[in-house]
Amino acid sequence: MIIAERKPLEEIRGMIAGYKKILVAGCGTCVTICWAGGEKEVGILSSQLRLASSGEGTELSIVEACIERQCEKEMVEELRDKVQDVEAIVSMACGIGVQTIADVFEEKPVFPALNTTFMGMPEAEGVWTEKCRSCGDCMLYWTGGICPVVRCAKGLLNGPCGGTRKGGSCEIDPEKDCAWVLIYRRLEKQGRLDLMRKYYEPKNYRAVKRPGKIEALKA
Amino acid sequence: MIRGNNKIVAFCCENSAYLAADKAGRMRLHYPDNVRIIRVPCVGRVDLIHILKAFEKGAAGVLLIGCHEGACQHLTGNTRAKERAAYARNLLKEVGIDEARLRMANIAPDMAQQFVREIEDMTEKTKER
Repeated sequence: MIIAERKPLEEIRGMIAGYKKILVAGCGTCVTICWAGGEKEVGILSSQLRLASSGEGTELSIVEACIERQCEKEMVEELRDKVQDVEAIVSMACGIGVQTIADVFEEKPVFPALNTTFMGMPEAEGVWTEKCRSCGDCMLYWTGGICPVVRCAKGLLNGPCGGTRKGGSCEIDPEKDCAWVLIYRRLEKQGRLDLMRKYYEPKNYRAVKRPGKIEALKA
Repeated sequence: MIRGNNKIVAFCCENSAYLAADKAGRMRLHYPDNVRIIRVPCVGRVDLIHILKAFEKGAAGVLLIGCHEGACQHLTGNTRAKERAAYARNLLKEVGIDEARLRMANIAPDMAQQFVREIEDMTEKTKER
């Protein structure tokens, strides 16, 4: 899923300065799971904005909403009635959601309340780690399901660098495991250690043309 | 938060602080009348939004009062509330509200005097600021 973090309040306040009626729109999918932009976070941000503006004696009226997904135009349409009454929209979705809202409601300024950071998974309560860099040329079948592109600090494709620490952690960050040590151990469990000897050619990072586009129905 | 207002919202766990408040009443102990007690099934039930809303509605201070650590009927409600209070203080700081206006306390059901002290203390603190 997509992981994001909320921007500092001051930055969000700077974006909406001058607007008196705004919509704070949350997204009920990825950013809800990573505690960044769901219904709860919409309530917290709205409350903080109201408190901050009342502390300064400025007027700010906030409409709160949270839809299932902001990355689909049909779902964003649900916001139309609320959008009509506001001057600007603060989107608490990933960059995709922000852009979908901006496309659907072109006449309204849309501001991002989150910084979209990476694609990852929950590791523990409140901890998410990056797992995929969407390179478009997946090699997980050779590496025991562990991605060296994202989990190795150097993105090495052919075994570890010389800096692996004793115990198998990364020379850059002792808190992080060396991806190639993890790959070795996983392949050892599977009896496929011969794959460690395989040579991987330099990766084709142009496999996905940017901006990416997939047309599933195209013959 | 409304300037000049001295209302304090006390979220009280029904297994400890609420009983202590009740005992304070039965003991005829006097405590400031600016406190509004909200009975909750566990102090862990109090969410960030409840704290922020209390300030939005004009509270000068918010107290979360639960059981002593290790005595929560729901095992971790009070420790979670403690962590949540620490997080909420950062949210308050961001909007310019003094962090001392939110406090977490742990008391037992029979500690009526301690309950009164917590209310008095918060009342004094919010007066000073």
